[in-house]
Amino acid sequence: MTTAPAGFGRVLDLVTRVRGVRGAMLVAGDDGLVVAEQLMEGIKGPAVAALAASLASRLRRALEAAGVGAGQFWHLQAEKGALLVVTAASGILVVAVAEPDVNVGLVRLELLRAAEAVG
Amino acid sequence: MADDVKALSAELAQDPDSLVFLRLGELLRHKGQLDAAHRVALTGLERHPHLADAHDLYARVLADKHDFERAFDEWDMALRIAPDHVGALKGLAFLYFKVGDVQQAAAHLAAAQRVAPDDPGIAQALALAHGGEAGQSAAAPAPEPMAAAPAAQPLEEARVFAGLEGAEEGLLLLDPSGRVLGGALKDPAGRDVTDAVAAYLAGVSQEAGRTAKLLGLGSWTGLAAEGQHGHAHLTPPSGSALLLVVRERAVPMGRLAIMAQRAAVAARRWLEAQA
Repeated sequence: MTTAPAGFGRVLDLVTRVRGVRGAMLVAGDDGLVVAEQLMEGIKGPAVAALAASLASRLRRALEAAGVGAGQFWHLQAEKGALLVVTAASGILVVAVAEPDVNVGLVRLELLRAAEAVG
Repeated sequence: MADDVKALSAELAQDPDSLVFLRLGELLRHKGQLDAAHRVALTGLERHPHLADAHDLYARVLADKHDFERAFDEWDMALRIAPDHVGALKGLAFLYFKVGDVQQAAAHLAAAQRVAPDDPGIAQALALAHGGEAGQSAAAPAPEPMAAAPAAQPLEEARVFAGLEGAEEGLLLLDPSGRVLGGALKDPAGRDVTDAVAAYLAGVSQEAGRTAKLLGLGSWTGLAAEGQHGHAHLTPPSGSALLLVVRERAVPMGRLAIMAQRAAVAARRWLEAQA
């Protein structure tokens, strides 16, 4: 697993300690660059970060247009796992990559806590 | 008739597994005692979950109560159990009429007629469907006149999601480039935001697919999003089409996922029919 700078590392620990989470990242929401990461080997952090930021941006605009308000949490479900994202107040995305049978409710809570810590 | 209700209730009390709940539920329904009919139908369905007639009765009660989305599901379930169930075919025809999908309504009535060729109510409703005229129909199982709806709601966009809740304000089917294939979307103030939302969602299906692939997660199956004032769920019903379901925040995410699955089935059927 790749490591994150101290400080951010503790924030990411909140997420990666949940059983079934394969890794977590902090991503700059505006440009999609990785701020910090704790990912399993083999996961292409920069590419995933860029796509996550792009998806987050499209979703935010679509949700705002629909009157749903700014997106707080989103969850991409796939056959073999999931990507879960919470947007912090600063615009940083807290991203988790998880197994398909992960406790989504618990990951969401930890992502929200992490987002609060990031500010 | 009150005595009949008493007698049937007593019979059911004596033997709770008896199928007499079907007659009792129907009788209560005809008497307008919908809450009682609802309880009887639901209890019967719990005891006989694989009985198509039980689903049909429950669907009729739901339709009486204007809960058309769940009525659709129950009639759909009845047909899965018994594909030739006349009551379910007529019920679905009624719902398709309600949303203005005369073609689907006629198809279901034609299927019902193949099973029950001597049923004058079906023949009459079918003639009305083919003529496209508004009027009364004996084939309608629910309290509203079956053929009164087509002229009132001939919305093209409603057809994709016939019988589903929110077909005109909370369900949207898009092609990969963000063009609207069906449904419509309104914001909480009632403004039509269909085109704006569709434009922002163009390409999302491909991007979600790329992200899942990059992470080695296989195909993406859904994307749930939680906003400040509501929830949204995106699903790829087939190919790179995209289905969006939006509801207020009071609707739990899990419930929204179920609604999205139902809408995806309808969207898939519609897309296959267009192919």
